Amino acid sequence: MGRGTTAKIGLRNPAPGLTGGLVLGLAVLTFGAVMIGPYGLTPGQTLAALVGMGDDQAEIVVWNIRLPRVIAALVVGAALAAAGASYQALFRNPLVSPDILGVSAGAGLGAVAGIFLSLPVAAIQASAFVGGMAAVGAVTLVASMVRNTDRTLTLVLIGVVIGALAGASTSLLKVMADPYDQLPAITFWLLGSLAAITTEDILPALPMVLVGLVPLGLLRWRINVLSLGDEEARALGVEAGRTRLLVIVAATLITASVTALAGVVGWVGLVIPHIARMLVGPGFGRLLPASVLIGAGYLLVVDTLARTIAQAEVPLGILTAVIGAPFFVWLLARGRQGWS
Amino acid sequence: MMLEAHDLAIGHGTRTIGTGLGLTVAAGDILCLLGPNGCGKTTLFRTLLGLLPALSGSIRLGGAPISTQSRVDIARRIAYVPQAHAPPFPFEALEIVLMGRTARLGPFAQPGARDRAVALNAMERLGIGDLAHRDYSRLSGGQRQLVLIARALAQDTPLIVMDEPTASLDFGNQAQVLAQISRLADAASAEGRGVILSTHDPDQAFALNARALLMHEGRIRADGPARDVLTETALSAVYGIPVSVETTRSGRKVCLPSRAMASDGPKENIASGGDI
Repeated sequence: MGRGTTAKIGLRNPAPGLTGGLVLGLAVLTFGAVMIGPYGLTPGQTLAALVGMGDDQAEIVVWNIRLPRVIAALVVGAALAAAGASYQALFRNPLVSPDILGVSAGAGLGAVAGIFLSLPVAAIQASAFVGGMAAVGAVTLVASMVRNTDRTLTLVLIGVVIGALAGASTSLLKVMADPYDQLPAITFWLLGSLAAITTEDILPALPMVLVGLVPLGLLRWRINVLSLGDEEARALGVEAGRTRLLVIVAATLITASVTALAGVVGWVGLVIPHIARMLVGPGFGRLLPASVLIGAGYLLVVDTLARTIAQAEVPLGILTAVIGAPFFVWLLARGRQGWS
Repeated sequence: MMLEAHDLAIGHGTRTIGTGLGLTVAAGDILCLLGPNGCGKTTLFRTLLGLLPALSGSIRLGGAPISTQSRVDIARRIAYVPQAHAPPFPFEALEIVLMGRTARLGPFAQPGARDRAVALNAMERLGIGDLAHRDYSRLSGGQRQLVLIARALAQDTPLIVMDEPTASLDFGNQAQVLAQISRLADAASAEGRGVILSTHDPDQAFALNARALLMHEGRIRADGPARDVLTETALSAVYGIPVSVETTRSGRKVCLPSRAMASDGPKENIASGGDI
């Protein structure tokens, strides 16, 4: 350890203009995604339709079909990546994904129950949202009743338990469901898809995602401190239990909202925070916006592939797994940081 | 009195680890906590930091009972230097030091330019200013320990608690960290700070010219200046091996296990694993 030279005041600055670059890239991807599809549009037609000067048919395609889906993909990707980054910091483990506390399993059960009872689409979404929130609520409640010194580990283990129970209930409903009508809908929902998305579907999810993002943004410094572990965070002046609960509620709200919208889309919340961390470092103040931007762009690309590479829609969850799994292996192979 | 513990019982839930513990730390004190593995040092520290509720007895920190104070209040009065660890994410060393400023920030605030200056100043003071932008998770154990001490300085508290600051460090790094603690202690006296540290090496209590607190089986066996308290009899009794205290040519005291122990075989405290 050498003598102190006068180090520059200020933290590591990510490459200048990185955020600008990400925003610009996202804008280009968005424009491209609006343009691409079975009804071919030129860049000029797309632009004209976007500013309200296109021909009727192009405007209908852009405004009624493409844009809702593009916006949904952006929101879902951004939300899952933000929730993933939060959960990873909170549980001090880069291998954690947003469904660690059973939100996906709960939302899955909620949606499958809705489909099983032949509820209307909006009710199925509401049921999925309630299921996701209820699962995490049950996990935190049960964990608070278990006396154990390692609260984080307790939470994760109870999450596994509740997730398994929800999964078993989902399987039971699948067995009982009408194999010609309900079962395909259930399977498709559990794999995630934005195929049937409309503006009306997005509107309720959007404010909830924003409401969830606000506390994550405000608590960005304390989330850094929490990633040192409960005991140290408390010694540094953070009410660890309360802060963690707030972060869990916010991240769960975000995940449950978009899972109700798109079904269970895996891997985004696991992989994207890693890429963001490679670009801007682990500081949550920079990690959160970077994850949001990259996650939005990533899911937009994947969803555009999902609706264009084959005659039929490819479920999102299949594509994110096919892309995410090998990528994650590569990350681990080159990874240098450990995890606890 | 900055920290005052009286007739303290410590432990987890129904399991009592220590009883009848009392200690005081005043401005400028260096208190060196010694005792075999499992004697309750770490549990005592966690209780003094308010991380673990006391089973009975009282702790007053800065004049008020610790049980009535918020985490922010406590963190402004007492800083904790844990054993060097690696966080799961590659934070910069400066970011780790900046986390010491958390108790001075509002709940939604980010550290500002002033906090950065304080953090960097703390690092410069320990001679590790050049590590500021290095990846903390890739520093050596000794460097990490110094970064954590810098974080305690940035926390700007009248009291600092260090849990075995030289454990798991090599010979050279131990000497470096100890020298910094000694410097810090000098500075601490001038600034009216107090330092409490635990160690497995009685020589360090002599080297730091500290007040020594000898703990054994959950009780405090002796409390006083190291040269008075760390006698051959007391150390032999507590560690369960014959210990001789000798004076070097430079006049410093050192402790040595006597030769006789080699044939005695391992004692229970060697086999009893890590600290509780």
